[in-house]
Amino acid sequence: MVKARSLTRWLAFGFVAGLGFVSAAPASAQATLDTVKKRGKILCGVSPVAPGFSYADDKGVRRGFDVDICRAVSAAVFGEPDKVEYVPLNTNVRFQAVQSGEVDILSRQNTWSFSRDNSLGLDFGPVVFYDGQGLMVPKKLNVSSASELANAAICLLPGTTTLQNLEDFFRPKNIKYEPVVFENSDEWRNAFFSGRCDAITTDRSDLASVRAIASDPDAYVVLPETVSKEPLAPTIRQNDPNWRKIVDWSVYALIAAEEKGITQANVDSHLKSEDPEIQRLLGVNGDFGKMLGLDNKWSYNIIKSLGNYVEVFDRNLGPKTRLGLTRGPNKLWTEGGLLYAPPFR
Amino acid sequence: MRPVASSGTSLFYNLRFRAILYQVVAVGIIVLISLYLFSNVSQKLAEQNIATGFGFLSRDAGFVISQSLIDYKPTDSYGRALLAGIANTVWVSAWGVVLATILGLVVGIARLSRNPLLAFLAFLYVEALRNVPLLLYLFLWYALIVTTLPSVREAWEPIPHVFLSNSGLTVPSLSWTGAHSLTLAALCVGVAMGVAVRRRATARRVATGQHRPSWPWVVLAVAVPVVLAVLLFQPDLTVSLPEKGRFRMTGGAQLRPEFTALLVGLALSASAGIAEIVRSGILSVRKGQWEAARALGLRDGLSMRLIILPQALRVIIPPLTSSYLSLFKNSSLAIAIGYPDLVMVSNTTMNQTGQAIEGIAIFMMVYLGLSIVISLFMNWYNSRVALKGR
Repeated sequence: MVKARSLTRWLAFGFVAGLGFVSAAPASAQATLDTVKKRGKILCGVSPVAPGFSYADDKGVRRGFDVDICRAVSAAVFGEPDKVEYVPLNTNVRFQAVQSGEVDILSRQNTWSFSRDNSLGLDFGPVVFYDGQGLMVPKKLNVSSASELANAAICLLPGTTTLQNLEDFFRPKNIKYEPVVFENSDEWRNAFFSGRCDAITTDRSDLASVRAIASDPDAYVVLPETVSKEPLAPTIRQNDPNWRKIVDWSVYALIAAEEKGITQANVDSHLKSEDPEIQRLLGVNGDFGKMLGLDNKWSYNIIKSLGNYVEVFDRNLGPKTRLGLTRGPNKLWTEGGLLYAPPFR
Repeated sequence: MRPVASSGTSLFYNLRFRAILYQVVAVGIIVLISLYLFSNVSQKLAEQNIATGFGFLSRDAGFVISQSLIDYKPTDSYGRALLAGIANTVWVSAWGVVLATILGLVVGIARLSRNPLLAFLAFLYVEALRNVPLLLYLFLWYALIVTTLPSVREAWEPIPHVFLSNSGLTVPSLSWTGAHSLTLAALCVGVAMGVAVRRRATARRVATGQHRPSWPWVVLAVAVPVVLAVLLFQPDLTVSLPEKGRFRMTGGAQLRPEFTALLVGLALSASAGIAEIVRSGILSVRKGQWEAARALGLRDGLSMRLIILPQALRVIIPPLTSSYLSLFKNSSLAIAIGYPDLVMVSNTTMNQTGQAIEGIAIFMMVYLGLSIVISLFMNWYNSRVALKGR
């Protein structure tokens, strides 16, 4: 009997413990900044291969526009840009990677949209690149407008907004087409290059990447239509306002620096500037860094290590690169573009 | 140890009670763990403001599926899109099973051929196919189809109105309606009747020894229902002829490269396994059976069909079930080469709605359910061919 009772007691204990286990609230989300500092590096989700945005150079070092956004945050947090570990993510797992905490920032040509902002538990930082979905065709098909693409096969990637955008664009025009959807971007590009598809569609910036990879880039032409608005913005978890602000203001610092004419080369001379906003921006005056939980030199460090927005743009995407993109809407508001940083005040 | 507790000892030492107790505890622990996981997941999702539930199934999908067996358009719901994906998965797997079985049987028998060249070729076939991952073969078949075949503008026309291009094989077709389905059903009935007539004729020949040709009756049994159905339902017999469009073929029916590459990949790799299963089945039948068949004067082909294979089936069926199941599950590699199967449609759905857990739950349940159906069917068939009385 004794044994039986002890067993019953043990079971009862197990049951209660189990219940306690069930009802125990999961530990509240730890502040990302603390986690990142303790870890000593930022985990940054990027595209596996997207020339201009995220790619490994011939020495195996990851470079690109998206990569530089993460490096800017690293400079703000650690004072140096390369305390980042890059996690290459496919389109259809990227948001789950942020949700589950696998990455701290997703800087991966993500379009900011209503449903993503409001149903994924994610927040979007400032738009770093104003993009739009376009279509590219081989020149030999003699297509000059997307409306001519009736009955064409179009190569797409899943898990992006492109599939829906295309449908939204073609349905009112009553144009039927054949979508060919690939999970892997290599297969997707190859299917287009080998002629399985008549057209390929993705964001215009990404089309430039695809074209740069082609054996003969001049054999392809991007059609004039812009199928959709694609504001690309870094993505972070929703439950950490402080981390979001660090990402936000790291991007704003790049834009503000361009507006104030501060470059990587002349940032040190601007430390002596009389302009009060520059003084606040560079941490000469005020405690802006402290308010973010960072060093007051945070944005000085960003500019010192990366330059301002246009320097980042030109280095990765600009006319002198393989992609050869013009800035289009990605100019300062003062020059008729859409880039606008709130005041450092 | 005493087998049964006597009335004097504690209930705890009763073997039966203990056995039940352990089971109850085990089930309890599993239930508790699942409860914990479930509540933890839903709590975390709610905390992170991630949408949950299956409400999205009735919302508009808004994306196109390039090839679908069931009627689907982008204005239909996610639920229907998933259904179209399931239909595509079943369609390619079903053809895969049929092709793999036929090929596997032929190659398995060829492996045992007395002709050394044939046996060697069959050996090469098996080893080449089963020692390389299926995914690589899928890429290979797909690349072969897409890069070696001409573009639509230069499509190859081996037979008039049949086109072969990197858009696939396009053939003339009927625009399918309910009347066509009914006529097809009538054809099935006709074939079934034909088989029955044939069986009766054979039974009579065995009983009476008289040989009367049965084929006129068989033809009649097949033709009558079909002719009746055509007269009754009047299916539209205008043929849609494929034509070269500006980009792709228009009209006709199309066998797309994605489907073809997947089907070929699945069927070939499964057939290599099945060939080995068939070979082992045939070898498991004792040599005496062959000798007895020859002594009765049967030709090799007939002995194989009437004596060896039926006995070999007992050994073949159980591992064959696993082959079918893995073929079915491997069809999920479709996503690599752009065939819109269940996984691809689920992926798109998950990405548009952001509800990954629900999406994965659905496709796991579908794979589980359909796999169980295949197993049940194969078990039933196995019990039919099993040696009676053992």
